[in-house]
Amino acid sequence: MSSDAIAIQTASRPWLETLHEWLTTVDHKRLGVLYIVYALCFLMIGGIEATVIRIQLIRPHNDFVSPQVFNRMFTMHGTTMIFFVAMPILFGFANYLVPLMIGARDMAFPRLNAFGFWLTAFGGLLLYFSFVGGSGLYGAGNAPDVGWFAYAPLTSRAFSVGHSSDYWTIALLVSGFGSISTAINIIATILCMRCPGMLLSRMPLLAWLNLVMAGMVILAVSPLTAAQLMLLIDRYLGGHFFDTQTGGSATLWMHFFWIFGHPEVYVLIIPAFAFASEIIPVFSRKPIFGYPVMVAATICIGFIGLSVWAHHMFTIGMTSYTNSFFVLTTMAIAVPTGIKIFNWLGTMWGGKIQFKTPMLFCVGFLFQFLIAGLTGVMMAVAPFDWQLGNSYFVVAHFHYVIVGGILFCLFGAFYYWYPKITGRMLNEGLGKLHFWLFLIGFHLTFDLMHIPGLLGMPRRIYTYEPGRGWDTLNFLVSIGAFVQGVAILVFVANLVVSYFKGAKAGNDPWDAWTLEWSISSPPPVYNFASIPTVASRRPLWDLKHPEDPDSRYE
Amino acid sequence: MSAITTPLPGSPVAWKLPYRGKVGMACLIFAESAIFTIFVVAYLYYVGKGLSGPTPREVLETPIFYTICLLSSSLTIHFAGKLLERGRRTAFLLSWFLTIALGALFLYGTGQEWHRLIYEHGLTISTNLFGTTYYSLVGLHAFHVTAGLVMLSIVLFFGLAGRVGPEHSARVDVLSLYWHFVDAVWVIVFTVVYVLGR
Repeated sequence: MSSDAIAIQTASRPWLETLHEWLTTVDHKRLGVLYIVYALCFLMIGGIEATVIRIQLIRPHNDFVSPQVFNRMFTMHGTTMIFFVAMPILFGFANYLVPLMIGARDMAFPRLNAFGFWLTAFGGLLLYFSFVGGSGLYGAGNAPDVGWFAYAPLTSRAFSVGHSSDYWTIALLVSGFGSISTAINIIATILCMRCPGMLLSRMPLLAWLNLVMAGMVILAVSPLTAAQLMLLIDRYLGGHFFDTQTGGSATLWMHFFWIFGHPEVYVLIIPAFAFASEIIPVFSRKPIFGYPVMVAATICIGFIGLSVWAHHMFTIGMTSYTNSFFVLTTMAIAVPTGIKIFNWLGTMWGGKIQFKTPMLFCVGFLFQFLIAGLTGVMMAVAPFDWQLGNSYFVVAHFHYVIVGGILFCLFGAFYYWYPKITGRMLNEGLGKLHFWLFLIGFHLTFDLMHIPGLLGMPRRIYTYEPGRGWDTLNFLVSIGAFVQGVAILVFVANLVVSYFKGAKAGNDPWDAWTLEWSISSPPPVYNFASIPTVASRRPLWDLKHPEDPDSRYE
Repeated sequence: MSAITTPLPGSPVAWKLPYRGKVGMACLIFAESAIFTIFVVAYLYYVGKGLSGPTPREVLETPIFYTICLLSSSLTIHFAGKLLERGRRTAFLLSWFLTIALGALFLYGTGQEWHRLIYEHGLTISTNLFGTTYYSLVGLHAFHVTAGLVMLSIVLFFGLAGRVGPEHSARVDVLSLYWHFVDAVWVIVFTVVYVLGR
């Protein structure tokens, strides 16, 4: 079905019916789009919170917002961006692409899929309802202000009166159930719904990497769920899990949170790797270099990623044995990650590289992720971390991973798959403008942000004294944040304008090799008229080049 | 480039993938195991760390009879599955009912123990650290038993209405996988709370 046919269909139908269809849908493509649109809305909200933080820090002794509001802003910014932007947007792409890429008509459990989305959606609403309902009858603080990792005893009744922390807890609990159910769905889909011939060794890397991601969600989000249950028991039933006055332990919360928290980083970056692994080969006109090694490295990252969590806790004073263990595992994880970077470079090496917007973002990702990894290795060294823990250096490091790595790949994915999802190309000129603006803004903000960290500026600080060498840097960092904001507006404008005015995409605008490009854009509800059969890793290459199919060499 | 309507060359003859229900349940079990692991770790970490009584040594009694009930329900549900596969519906229903009865008996046992702890020893979830960890770990397990009983009862009702046949055997097996998990977790909880924790 062409996009025109869909447009006519939807235009002739009453809007209530269309709305009803979207609200009750169990189609993996529509749920994928819902996830993505939902996450984009929260991206805007989280972006506004970041802007408030940067305006407050633009000059010393600023009082743009009160200290209380500032605490709420960084808490909500972190929580929103991780749980209600990054996770749903990546789940959205996984939902949309995995069944198409493995030749399936839908996910393994379509209704569970819808359930997962609505849990996540209501989780986000619950978090933001705290602005209205957080103070309850007490008239005390509204939105959560305990930081995104909510260390005990900040969350105890004594220090967090009212219901703001409860909204945080329950929002994460609810969306966590949603994440777990989606992860179960992704695994069952990949293991049980592949089309004939789609052996595990022939699956597109995107499917492989999402399989590992889903496995990590199951093992990492569950501990967070458990920890949130304990926190609720403490707050509502008078339990003592994290109550140090009766023998409980604040450290245990840290462990439980970071057992979730660090694998979570890999949960987010592995799908980003997946986008890069699909986009870079297509725009280098070469198959991916070292497919089996890429799979092995990903699984390796999955395993090691589960055993590095306490490098977030070097500064709390653990034993030297514990410190050494987590130093070593954290450094070890750089090895499979490095292998991946070399494989992407190997894919580009000698290729006929086309610098279209998706490729630009992926190349940006490669360089930035390398730097993010290097500062990561620096902070894996416990004594170095003792100096810089909880400083702006840490903030710069993990934003380098999340913005420079994950968000850049995500933008690449948007430019690459938007034609498949909507049937229209994104505007290339606006895309390049978006890329360069965002690149400049990103580097202005996050390159410079390392330096006030090295000079001793702590994270989450409300304001600072002039004359410590932080003033100009903070000013430039804030300017960079505004440039990024403008770039995001260009991106949103591109999404909207191209939806109505973009060039028709056709089935296969990039001359790509995976199954989703074999069907019309946007795909029909049933995906494949007849289930395809594949004989190699690049089924479309085989179809386009019957004289020299890949299957001959595998 | 048109849609792939004809199969590509070299299609394999046999193409069999695992049953999605089983894979989904296995994933759920992994997720649940991670949740239980965190509660078990908290229990073990806090053993003996409480600043006030009562302590586990003073008040806990080993629930051997009810443990036997729960563990044997794993056997009855296993046989129920086999009987359904062979089409012996009445025997299946009987064995299925026995499973529910044993599970319910176990829950009764937990309730009785909690009643004794609360009314005789004054131990509630907020009394001390032991109370907090004990009620949450055992309670989490009891919650899973309850959820399992609800699902088992739904199958029983459908079975009594004559709607469960050998063709549903794969689905029933998925449910019994969950029940086996609940039983296996009890082995861990039992060991941690009643053996190591004292």
